[in-house]
Amino acid sequence: MFDITLATWQILVIKVLVILTVVPVGALVGGYAEHKVMAHLQHRLGPMYPGGWHGWATTLADGIKFLLKEDIIPAAADRKVFSFAPAAIMVPIIMIYLVIPIDRNLVIEDLDVGLFYLLAIGSLSTIGLLMAGWSSANKYALIGALRSAAQLIAYELPIVFAAAVVAMLAGSLSLIDIVEAQNFPFAVWPPGIGLVAFLLFTVGAVAEMTRVPFDMPVAESEIITGPFTEYSGMRYIFSHMFAEMGHMVAFGGIAATLFLGGYKPIVPLRILEYIPGVFWFFGKTMFMIFLFLWIRPTFPRVREDQLQKFAWKFLIPVGLVLILATGAWVLYV
Amino acid sequence: MAMTTGPKPASRGAGAEGRLQTQEMILNVGPQHPATHGVFRLLATIDGEILINAEPVIGYMHRGYEKLVEQRDYRQITNLVSRMDWLSGINNELPLALAVEQLMEIEVPPRAQYLRVILCEMNRILNHLMFFASFGAELGAITPTFYAFREREDIQRVMEATTGGRMHFGFFRPGGLKEDVPRGFVDEALKGVRQVIERLPDYENLLVGNEIFKQRTIDVGVLDREAAYSYGVTGPIARGSGIDMDVRKDEPYLVYDQFEFDVCSAPNGDCFDRFWVLVREVGESARIVEQAIEGLPPGPIMGKVPRVVQAPAGEVYVRTENPLGELGMYLVSDGDRRPYRLKIRTPSYSNVSALSHVLANTYVSDMIAILGSFFFVLGDIDR
Repeated sequence: MFDITLATWQILVIKVLVILTVVPVGALVGGYAEHKVMAHLQHRLGPMYPGGWHGWATTLADGIKFLLKEDIIPAAADRKVFSFAPAAIMVPIIMIYLVIPIDRNLVIEDLDVGLFYLLAIGSLSTIGLLMAGWSSANKYALIGALRSAAQLIAYELPIVFAAAVVAMLAGSLSLIDIVEAQNFPFAVWPPGIGLVAFLLFTVGAVAEMTRVPFDMPVAESEIITGPFTEYSGMRYIFSHMFAEMGHMVAFGGIAATLFLGGYKPIVPLRILEYIPGVFWFFGKTMFMIFLFLWIRPTFPRVREDQLQKFAWKFLIPVGLVLILATGAWVLYV
Repeated sequence: MAMTTGPKPASRGAGAEGRLQTQEMILNVGPQHPATHGVFRLLATIDGEILINAEPVIGYMHRGYEKLVEQRDYRQITNLVSRMDWLSGINNELPLALAVEQLMEIEVPPRAQYLRVILCEMNRILNHLMFFASFGAELGAITPTFYAFREREDIQRVMEATTGGRMHFGFFRPGGLKEDVPRGFVDEALKGVRQVIERLPDYENLLVGNEIFKQRTIDVGVLDREAAYSYGVTGPIARGSGIDMDVRKDEPYLVYDQFEFDVCSAPNGDCFDRFWVLVREVGESARIVEQAIEGLPPGPIMGKVPRVVQAPAGEVYVRTENPLGELGMYLVSDGDRRPYRLKIRTPSYSNVSALSHVLANTYVSDMIAILGSFFFVLGDIDR
């Protein structure tokens, strides 16, 4: 074997390069999957057309279209904040990817407090949304930004509870340890606790990504696109499309890591161990992404007050009870 | 600092006492807004998520139809009125043809009458499916849009083969039709309509059976019976408020009295009922088309019409059931080739006048549901 020693800064550069490749590619794959899954589910003809076979060029055409658009900044907008907001949205999402273990030894940073970091950094992009909404000098954008802030507060809690359940079961906050602690059939087991936690996490994740049925902050038939109403061109792509897709892939990866056994094979067979963990991880991530995509064409959007009621009166009590139940399980089973 | 003054039902989340001091904000919904289907403006006063009141502002699309028609002869007017309500073009042409025929005392042959019924009802299906699609989209459910458009396409193709147009058909003439239907019309029309009947339950389940959809629409935007009467609301919206009126049944024109169909109505007057009426009417229209095609008589498609269509002096008021409500045309003729005056009563105009009554004290999201459930076409409001 080679014996390569790299200086700290060299390792850092490689890590940065990897993450800057993985995130856009992940977002592109997510966008492509969204086009195709929705086209199949809804008899859409458009996404099946560009490029010939199966409309393979749809995502490409979409990207080029947005690249060529003019970057408009409204005259009344707060220029600096307006220009900086897409970055404030995008950077935390990129940072989520840092701790997700793709394989046993394939993780950018194995933090001891990985789960904690994940949850903390994941909610940061709301600040970017508030910046975008406020600086746009647009009432629709303002309503959208406030909606997204309210939604974050309400739906961050179910996610935290669900993640806490996993941490209690695994006895660690490091994501590698969590995966290692999960033996088939993973953390969705025990059925009363793990399954509920998984559902809780999925619902919270959909709300956190502001996707249907919890897409009130960007409800296009009501408040145009909420905080992104005034954005165009690449800024729009980065703040909305890319962020949403990046978020979705990240949440798919988190769910796969926390609940579906991450890079481990789906059934404990000796022969399956020979398949690299990367495949298992991405397979499970794709499954979660498909689940997220499937939800979108199925449901209408809930109303703002119904959304809050659902979170505070149902999800959060369920989460609290769940934590108690997990404590009992860990202590006595 | 203006505290909110409007009455707030206790069920609202904001609570009455000890709440935060808030300020009202004026929000211009439109003239360019995805939920208004065109250049329609709603001057909304909102307090956070609560809509205190809203006033519809119309007139952005005024094209002066009633003046235009005074400069054109009757055959030209057919093509003009077809463009008033662009979703139900052929239904707009009907009252004009009927009015001129009544003034000129022209007997329309039965085949033309049957074909008129078939085309009108197919157009009604097109219109209703369109609103089915857009209502779903407004509530965030995007799938109904694509399903409904797939169904529309089948019927749209039959209409296109028959009339040559997809939206503005220009097919009715005083005295009959422009021409007879093409070969294969009967089979294709039956096929399209039966497909709609067959797939309608799926569509209903997709939306009506959805819990979120029910929560978004039931008891939202209630237009009670009395208010519906006093605003002159007609069509599916009035029937959704429990008013059991349908010109096709009450004052049958053409040959509607020969078909069996139900007038769909629902008692509560909320968004859900309006939508439910709309969806069921698609099935009823399909039933009428089926019956009319089965009973389609042979014969000419044009009555005895003089070379120059010249209505004798007099006046006549004709009302028909447009997909969106009652469409009335009051035609005054002084014996010229052009009308002296043509007053048009369009359904959307009366229907949107009830909007501000319904919109007061709702949520911003409800506003979209209500706008979507009022099924209006901008061209039909402003003319």
